[in-house]
Amino acid sequence: MYEFDYTRATSLDDASSKLSDADAKLVAGGMTLIPTLKLRLAKPSQLIDLGAIPSLRGISDDGGAIVIGAMTRHVEVNRSPVVRSGIPALAALAGMIGDPAVRNRGTIGGSIANNDPAADYPAAVVALNAVVRTNKREIAADSFFTGLFETALGEGEIVTGVRFPKVAQANYQKFKNPASRYAIVGVFVAKTPAGVRLAVTGAGACVFRVPAMEAALARSFTADAIKDIQIPDTDLNSDIHASAEYRAHLVNVMARRAVAACG
Amino acid sequence: MQKTVSLTVNGKPASATVEGRTLLVQLLREHLGLTGTHVGCDTSQCGACVVHVNGEAVKSCTLLAIQAEGANVLTIEGVANGDTLHPMQEAFRDNHALQCGFCTPGMVMSALDLVKNNPDPSEREIREYLEGNLCRCTGYHNIVLGIKAGAAAMRGAAPATPAAE
Amino acid sequence: MPAIGTPVRRREDYRFLTGQGTYTDDINRPGQLHAYMLRSPHANARLGAIDTSAAKSAPGVVAIFTGADIAADGIGGLPCGWLIHSKDGAPMKEPPHPVLAVERVRHVGDPVAVVIAESLAEARDAAEQIVVDYAVEPAVVDVADAVKPGAPQVWGDQAPGNVCYDWALGDLAAVDAAMARAARVVKLDLVNNRLVANAMEPRAAIGEFDRATGEYTLFTTSQNPHVIRLLMGAFVLHIPEAKLRVVAPDVGGGFGSKIFHYAEEAIVTWAAPRVRRPVKWTAERSESFMSDAQGRDHVTHVELGLDANAKFLALKVSTLANLGGYLSTFSTAVPTYLYATLCAGTYTTPAIYVETKAVFTNTVPVDAYRGAGRPEATYVVERIVDLAADELGMDPGELRRRNFIPADAFPYQTPVALQYDSGDYQTTLQMAQDAAGYSHFEARRAEASRRGKLRGIGIATYIEACGMAPSAVAGALGARAGLYESAAVRVHPTGSVTVLTGSHSHGQGHETTFSQLVADGLGIPIESVEIVHGDTNKMPFGMGTYGSRSLAVGGTAIVKAMDKVVAKGKKIAAHLLEASEADIEFKDGNFSVAGTDRSKSFGEVALTAYVPHNFPHEELEPGLDETAFYDPKNFTFPSGAYVAEVEIDPDTGQLTVINFTASDDFGRIINPMIVSGQVHGGLAQGIGQAVLEGCVYDKATGQLLTGSYNDYAMPRADDLPNFALSTHVTLCTHNPLGVKGCGEAGAIGAPAAIANAIVDALKGLGVRHVEMPATPEKLWRLIHQHQPRAAAE
Repeated sequence: MYEFDYTRATSLDDASSKLSDADAKLVAGGMTLIPTLKLRLAKPSQLIDLGAIPSLRGISDDGGAIVIGAMTRHVEVNRSPVVRSGIPALAALAGMIGDPAVRNRGTIGGSIANNDPAADYPAAVVALNAVVRTNKREIAADSFFTGLFETALGEGEIVTGVRFPKVAQANYQKFKNPASRYAIVGVFVAKTPAGVRLAVTGAGACVFRVPAMEAALARSFTADAIKDIQIPDTDLNSDIHASAEYRAHLVNVMARRAVAACG
Repeated sequence: MQKTVSLTVNGKPASATVEGRTLLVQLLREHLGLTGTHVGCDTSQCGACVVHVNGEAVKSCTLLAIQAEGANVLTIEGVANGDTLHPMQEAFRDNHALQCGFCTPGMVMSALDLVKNNPDPSEREIREYLEGNLCRCTGYHNIVLGIKAGAAAMRGAAPATPAAE
Repeated sequence: MPAIGTPVRRREDYRFLTGQGTYTDDINRPGQLHAYMLRSPHANARLGAIDTSAAKSAPGVVAIFTGADIAADGIGGLPCGWLIHSKDGAPMKEPPHPVLAVERVRHVGDPVAVVIAESLAEARDAAEQIVVDYAVEPAVVDVADAVKPGAPQVWGDQAPGNVCYDWALGDLAAVDAAMARAARVVKLDLVNNRLVANAMEPRAAIGEFDRATGEYTLFTTSQNPHVIRLLMGAFVLHIPEAKLRVVAPDVGGGFGSKIFHYAEEAIVTWAAPRVRRPVKWTAERSESFMSDAQGRDHVTHVELGLDANAKFLALKVSTLANLGGYLSTFSTAVPTYLYATLCAGTYTTPAIYVETKAVFTNTVPVDAYRGAGRPEATYVVERIVDLAADELGMDPGELRRRNFIPADAFPYQTPVALQYDSGDYQTTLQMAQDAAGYSHFEARRAEASRRGKLRGIGIATYIEACGMAPSAVAGALGARAGLYESAAVRVHPTGSVTVLTGSHSHGQGHETTFSQLVADGLGIPIESVEIVHGDTNKMPFGMGTYGSRSLAVGGTAIVKAMDKVVAKGKKIAAHLLEASEADIEFKDGNFSVAGTDRSKSFGEVALTAYVPHNFPHEELEPGLDETAFYDPKNFTFPSGAYVAEVEIDPDTGQLTVINFTASDDFGRIINPMIVSGQVHGGLAQGIGQAVLEGCVYDKATGQLLTGSYNDYAMPRADDLPNFALSTHVTLCTHNPLGVKGCGEAGAIGAPAAIANAIVDALKGLGVRHVEMPATPEKLWRLIHQHQPRAAAE
C-alpha cells in the first residue's frame, strides 16, 4: 500500500468535511478498500474511518420497513431476528456475502457505495425498492446505482442507512464464481406492494431490472411464467469464468429458482 | 504518518508504533513477534491470517493495525491454557487435521468462531463456514472431523472460551 | 507395543497448533534488509536499459541490482538437472536461465531487478521508480501455437521452432504393426491443464554472510536443502559447499514447487555480502503465481489398439509438453521419464510408443507438481481405456479386469522400461467398486434423473513409479544427480537417539513416522527418538522429499543405519556378555545370548560405547553413531483404484462430487493416519484439477489471467465430499520396509476418475470427452450442444 493519513471521524459532519479533501476516502468495513489499497490500485492520501459514529449502526423495524444503518455488518444483518422475521431473504443474502470473517467486518453502506458489479446488496436494494439515506437526502433505489462502480452519491455525501420496505415474498439466488465466490449472476425477486420487482447483479456492469420478467410475474408469480424470457447478452460481462451468453442463460435459471423459492 | 497503537493481545497490553498502512497482521508478526498468524495470499481469501478481534474472527491482513486501537485481540498463541492445549487444538491433533501447519492457526481461529455461534455444527455447516480458509494439504476431510470433535469436546467440557477473550 | 502400523499422533503438531512453527518468513536476522523483486509485466520483450537512478535515492534503499550486475560478477545461470536426448540422438536445447533477466524477458513475472531496502514497503515504493525500457513483442503461450511456423520464437535460433527436444520411448514398429492388425483402434485428443501448486506458505529466502568466518547461510522454503546447496554453490554462485549452509526450517507445503533452485535464493545469498547485511525476500501470492514453477500443460493424441477379445494390443501416445520460458531444475524429466514409463498403466499392453515434444513458450517455467508426469500418464491411459469400453459397449471395470497384469505375474517387465515388483490390481478395483456401491449405481442414476440431474460414475486405476530412484538408472536416462538418501543414527550415551535424515518434511509428518521406525527398530520408547532434518550443517548429504520417496528411500536409509548400529551393538554386547557375536540376538531393545536369559539392554550397550571401560578396543572403536546412504534398487510402484460419483445440474452445468472412493496399495503402512491424510490431500488436488483449477494465459498478450485467488479456483471445504479410503497391501519386494510411498497417489488417480465420471454422466447425450477443468459453463455448453433446444426451452 501507499502510505496515507488515517483518522476516525467523530460524527457525520466531521466525516463529510474531511471528505472535501479530494484524495480522501471513507473506510467502512474495509473489506473492499483495503484489498484495493494492498494491490496499489488506489492512492488516497487520507482514510476516514466511519467506525466510531454510533448513529450509523443499528437495525430497526419501523412497522412498514426494516431500516439498517450504513455501518451495520453483514453478520449482523444475517443474524438479526428483526431482519429474519421482517425480510428473511435479505438476512439470507447477507449470509452469502464473502465468508464468515469478511461478514464480521463488511458493511452494507460500504457495499452499496462501492457498487461492485458482482456485489449482492445492490440486487436487494433495487428489487425491494429500498430507499438509500445519506447525510444530505434520500435516494430511491432505481436512481442510486448509476454505472460500473458508480452511484448517485455526490461530493461529501455519505450513506447513513437503507430503508427496506417489507414485502410479501422475496428470494435471492446466487450463482457463485468458484474462485472469488462473488456473484457470476445473482437474482433478487420481490413481490412488493407496488408490484413484482426483479434485479440482477453480477451479469452486467451494474445492477439492472428485467421488466419483461417483472411483467410476466405480475400476471402469474410462478417460475413457469418466465421460463421463456431470455435477456439479450449484449452488454453483459464476459470473462474466463462465464461468457455473456452463459450469464444471460443463468439470469433466467436463477430468476426461476428465486421465484420458485418464494413458495 | 507514525502512530502508536495500543491494544490488548492475548490478554496482555501491547503497543507498537506503526504507519497508517501497517496491517494488523504485520503488527502482530513484525512488531510483537507473534509469528503464529500467517500470510498466505494477497486477496483476503486464504484465511491463514484469521485472528479474533473483540471476540469475532477477522482477517488480520485486511485490517489496519490502527483500526485495532483499543481492541482485544486473540491470536493462536493465546488459545492454549499455558501448556494445556485447548480442546479444539487437541481435536485437531487427534484427528490429523493438519499437515504442514501453515493454514492451521487460521483454521483453529475460524473453528472457534464457528463453535461460538453454533455449538453443534453439522458437517455441511462446517464445510460452508470454512469458505474463507484454504488448505492445500489435508483435503479438509480431517479438518471437518477435527472441528466436529472439538465442538463436541467443548460442549462437554468446562468454559471453552480461551481465557484471553 | 510396536509403533509401526499404529496411528501415532504427530509430534510436530504441538508447535503448529500453538503458532510456534518456524517458517522462513517467521525468521528475522539481526540487521536484515528486505528485497523486492521487480518483474516484467510483459510476456515477451527485448530488455533495454534499466534506469535505477531515481529509485536508488528513494528513502530506505540500500542497493538495487539488475541482471547486468549479476553477469558482471560471473554468476552462473540456474541449472537444469536432467539431460534429455532427442530421437535423433541430439542433446536437448539448453538455453541459459539467468538469475535476473538479461537482453530479453520471456514471461510475465520474469525478474529484472531486485531492490534492497530497510523495509519491504520502502523497497516496493522505490521499485515503482525504476524505469525499464521494454520493446514488447508478440507472445506465444500454447504449445500447439508455439510449434506452428511463424510463431514467436522464445529462444530464437537457440531453440528453432521453440522445440527443446523431440524424444521418444518404446517400440514404434511393434506398435504400428499391432495397430494394423487390431480389431479396433480408439483415438482421443486430450489436454492436461496447467496448474499452480499453491502451497499455502509462499516461497521465501533469507541470505546471510558472516564476514568473520566467510560462511554463507541461506534460509529457504525448500523440499531439499542439500540439493539447493549443491546447485547454487557449484553452478550459480561458485561458493564451496563447505562454506555454504542451507537451512529449510518448517516448510508450509511444497507439492513439488519447492524442489527447484530459484533465482531469489541465489539473489539473496549473493547480495548479502554486497550490502553487508542479511537480505530477506518473501513472495506475495500474486508474485507466487508468476514465479513458482507451474505444473502439467500437455496436449496429447492417444491411440489404443484392441483385439477382438478386447485385449489391449498397442498404445501410441504423442504429446506436446509446455516447458515455459526457461528450463526449471527437473522440468525436462517430467514429460519423458516420469511420464512415458507409466503408460503401461496396470495393463499387459505389449507394445507401447510414447513421443514427447517439449516446447518453450512465453509462460512461467513448468516443472514437477504432485505426481509429476504420472498424473499426465494416468489421465491419458485411463481416459482412452474408458473410451474403448464405451465404444465396445463394455463395462469399464470389466475391460480393465480383462487387461490387468495378473497378481501372479510379478515381477512384471513393462514395454516401457520399468519392472513392477508387486501389485494386485484386481483386488483394489474390487474393493473400490464394492465400497462405492458400483453395482447399484444405475438405480442412483435413475433417481437423480427424476430430480432432473445427470449422475455419473467413473473408475480410474493408477500405478506410479515412486521412491525416486536408482541412481544408475536415473543417470543412464540423463539425470545429473544421484537419487539416494542419507541417514545418520546417532545413539547418545544415555540411550536416546538422534536421527539426522536427508529427507525433509513439509507436512508429511516425518518426525513422527521416522520416530516410529526407530522406536520399533531399536526397541526404545518413541519419546527417546529425535528426528532432525532441514539443515545442511547437520545432516549428511540428502536428496530431499518429493516423488513419494521419504519412507521408501529415506526410511530405508534409516533402517540401514540402524542395522549398522545393531551390528556394532551386538559386538559390544558379545564382549560384555562374554559370548560369541554369533550367539547374540537383538529383540525388543535387548541384546541377549541365544537360549539363555543373559542380556544387556540397548541403553547399557550405548553407555558402554561411550564409556568404554569394558570394551573390545582391539576390534572396535568407541561410540555408537552410524551413517548410511541408501540407493534404491528400483522404483516402487504404489497402485490403486478410484471410483468417483458426480452429479451435474444441466440447467447451470454445476458439478457436485457426491462421493469419492479410494482403494490404494502402498505396501506396508507405517502410520495409517498419516497415509490417509496424504491420500485426502492428493485427492483434493486431483479433484481440483478436474473440476476447478486451471492456469490461464491470454493468447494474444501472454498476460496471466489467473493471477490470484480471485481467478484461480482453489478447492475449498464445501467443494469436496468426505473420502472413503481403504488399503490393500502387497509388499515392496526390494526395500526392507516393504513400503511403496503414498504422497502423490491422490493427485495421480483422481483427475481421470472424475473425468470418467463426467463423461459417464453425459454419455446419454453422446458426449465422448470433457476437458479439464469441467467448469459449469463448459458442461452447460456440452449439454446444450448435445440436446436439441426445443422452442419451449
